[in-house]
Amino acid sequence: MQGRSLAFSGSHVSAQLYLNVAVSGLLTGLIYGLSALGLSVIFGVIRIVNFAHGEMMVLGMFATLVLFRALGIDPLLSLPLVAAALFAFGYVLQDLVVRRVAHLADHMQFLLMAAVAVMLISVCLMMFGPDAQGAQVSYGFDSFAIGPLLVDKVRVYAGVAALIVSGLLFAFFHYTLTGKAIRACGDNYTGARVVGLNVRRLYALTFGIGTACLGAAGAIMLLLVDVHPYLGPSYTLLAFIIVIIGGMGSLPGALLGGMLIGISEALAGVILQPSLKSAFSFGLLILVLLVRPQGLLGKVAR
Amino acid sequence: MSAPGQAGRAGSLIVRNISKRFGGLVAVSDVSFTVAAGEIHALIGPNGAGKTTTFNMIAGAQPPDTGDVQLDGVSLAGLRPDQICRAGVGRTFQIVRPFNELTLVENVAVGALAWTDDLAEARDHARGVLELLGLGDKKEARPSSITLPDRKCLEVARALATKPKLLLLDEVMAGLRPTETDRMVAIFKKLNADTGLTILLIEHVMRAVMALSDRVLVLNYGRLIADGKPEEVTRDPEVLACYLGAEAFD
Amino acid sequence: MMSRIIESASPRALALLAIVTAVLIAAPSFVNNYVLSVLIIVLYFAYVGQAWNLMLGFAGQLSLGHALFVSLGAYTSAALFIKFGVSPVVGVFAAIAVAVVAGCLIGYLGFRFSIRGVYFALLTIAFAEFTGIIVDHISWLGASSGLFLPVKNLQSNDIVNLRGSPTMFYYVILTLTGLALALCSWLLNSKLGLYWQAIREDQEAAEASGVPLFRYKMIAVAISSGLTGVGGVWYAFYYNNLFPETMFKTSQSVEIILGSVVGGVGSLFGPVLGAFVLTPLGEALTAATEGMHVDGVKSFFWGLCVAAIVLFRPQGLWPWLYDLLGLGPKREGKKP
Repeated sequence: MQGRSLAFSGSHVSAQLYLNVAVSGLLTGLIYGLSALGLSVIFGVIRIVNFAHGEMMVLGMFATLVLFRALGIDPLLSLPLVAAALFAFGYVLQDLVVRRVAHLADHMQFLLMAAVAVMLISVCLMMFGPDAQGAQVSYGFDSFAIGPLLVDKVRVYAGVAALIVSGLLFAFFHYTLTGKAIRACGDNYTGARVVGLNVRRLYALTFGIGTACLGAAGAIMLLLVDVHPYLGPSYTLLAFIIVIIGGMGSLPGALLGGMLIGISEALAGVILQPSLKSAFSFGLLILVLLVRPQGLLGKVAR
Repeated sequence: MSAPGQAGRAGSLIVRNISKRFGGLVAVSDVSFTVAAGEIHALIGPNGAGKTTTFNMIAGAQPPDTGDVQLDGVSLAGLRPDQICRAGVGRTFQIVRPFNELTLVENVAVGALAWTDDLAEARDHARGVLELLGLGDKKEARPSSITLPDRKCLEVARALATKPKLLLLDEVMAGLRPTETDRMVAIFKKLNADTGLTILLIEHVMRAVMALSDRVLVLNYGRLIADGKPEEVTRDPEVLACYLGAEAFD
Repeated sequence: MMSRIIESASPRALALLAIVTAVLIAAPSFVNNYVLSVLIIVLYFAYVGQAWNLMLGFAGQLSLGHALFVSLGAYTSAALFIKFGVSPVVGVFAAIAVAVVAGCLIGYLGFRFSIRGVYFALLTIAFAEFTGIIVDHISWLGASSGLFLPVKNLQSNDIVNLRGSPTMFYYVILTLTGLALALCSWLLNSKLGLYWQAIREDQEAAEASGVPLFRYKMIAVAISSGLTGVGGVWYAFYYNNLFPETMFKTSQSVEIILGSVVGGVGSLFGPVLGAFVLTPLGEALTAATEGMHVDGVKSFFWGLCVAAIVLFRPQGLWPWLYDLLGLGPKREGKKP
């Protein structure tokens, strides 16, 4: 999912190359991490695996594209708008639909989310067609030179934006009453109901926050890659890998997992063949599931 | 049909210095006791005293951190729950865990398959056990359509169907009406008398404990604080203290 | 054992089964080519759905990576046929072996390391996608440009090499579906089946009742992956081309499970019913939306139908139809 190639010069090409690739991988990884946060928040609290994750992110990318094309708004500036729109979408989806399958078996929940994913792809296809489209920003080909490092400007902006949004999310969960209430729901559903929390509303909020993360990640991602309707499943799988590696339900874990996957995919793309990089991620996933099923930062299930 | 459990079979249990720790919490600490073959012992104590954890260690669901459990002199260490079941330890769960989509006969037949590969034989045996426990007319029902006391009986039936030498009963009388308790007590007494089945039961219903047990073991905060005849234990000051005034013994 | 099942089924259910069987056997003689091709796909999904259902519906283990077993079966038999001229009648055993080994590997890792529920499902996805990417790089298997079986216009059907008319493929998949149904019904009414259902309902309680969890879960995975692998052999010879890009994908696994879930997980006829509802539904949607010339309309309604079934018939269509047609006594104590 590397968008654009980097330019290199100098004698220590190899070391420099790897360093550059690693840094840009790290920055991309931050966006992966933000997107994975969306999955993790929803699973951690509502215990639903959002199999329409990637498609929702693609929806965010298309929304950003529309704002860029129609009004010329920079993707980073439209981020709050897109996040808000996806929040509303997630809130309504949870309250009207997902809530009704909470008591059903895993595979039924999976199928419902898969159906939602299919519908989202279809809507994107109807509205935008099957071709890849991107937002060409004015600074698209600029780069920062920091010592031997040469990093794309867009990638730096993207990484920083992802960090800021993630930071806001952490602050929300740790310092606001609503954030704490949501964590309480995730820890102990019955307990939360007993102390009088409005669990239904909090669940809808949580789902909304999860999808808002996806909207934000989608807006940022549009700086780096062109969007098309079939992009979704690869983002879904990537987010699963990240969340399992980091630990389901652990927010720092999602960010850490995102960075790890970002760097390792970028390096694997250079060292092995680019097309093999996702095999590398799946290999990593299998390894983590076997060695540490709760993930790097996850808690042991009780 | 042969009665569940077999006459003359042993079933002696030796528990030696078992302990279990969960994180910083010591659930069971250095507990030792013996249940002689053919006897009925009760394990009592306040909530959180470590009774169910002790059961889980005997049945292999939670292997002890230290110590050893022996059935008829053979160590059960390192065995999985299904192996311990086949070795002759049947157990019930405190919160009933029936197989909800299966009929009562099928539920109980699962237990009987521990000693036979013949499904027809297992079903026959299951019907017999259900009759014995008074569930004969509900054989083809599903667990969700019977009452809680009946589900408790089902739990016992499934454990009995495995033809255990030692039966572990985890609060099977809780929530039963006195007449139902008396019926259960009578069933266990008869099983014990007819087949020599050894029984260890966790119980809060003192009516049942006093009526059934040869000896009573008392756990408090994971330690064994008393082990004696029912009338001795109920007079033990330490036991009375842990029950805060002993209203439980009324 | 079969006799007992037949005894327990109501006369009405038996009559229905007999009629459906008779119609299916006679179908090629009175339907046109299009309907036959739809029936072929229906039966294929009924077959693989049944194989998948054995693992989740009977033994309670959720796999979302069954595309792996189809693909392994398909690639194994196709490669043997193309490279060494091995007849699929022989190749099917190699296909079963490869699929079972893969299934057992996933099962072993999953069950030994106590990976359960959603996590186990993700493990199966990971293995399928991982293998897909690897096959995508094996040039001997055609890599990303695909593996193709030679297509010849034959005067007569060559059943040994599975080369022939759609009618032949129809009867092959009909036979496979019938055999799978018989096998599943026999298994379900055996010790194995009862143990599986006990594991599905409550694994700790099953273990305490003497059920060796690991062994019986492994048997379920082995049989399910082997049966699915056989479906893969049929798939390879019917479609004649295999692309790793699509075959190993999770979307492919979803197609396999869809029929079972819609029909009713855990029931014997659920997967068959589900396939009979979904495939024609897809065809009808294609026909209905064809004139609109807009991409995505069909798949949108497709998603809507699936979502509706999950929301309004969460137990699947089979239990509902079973009561509706009065095929047997109402199952008391079971949620409608």
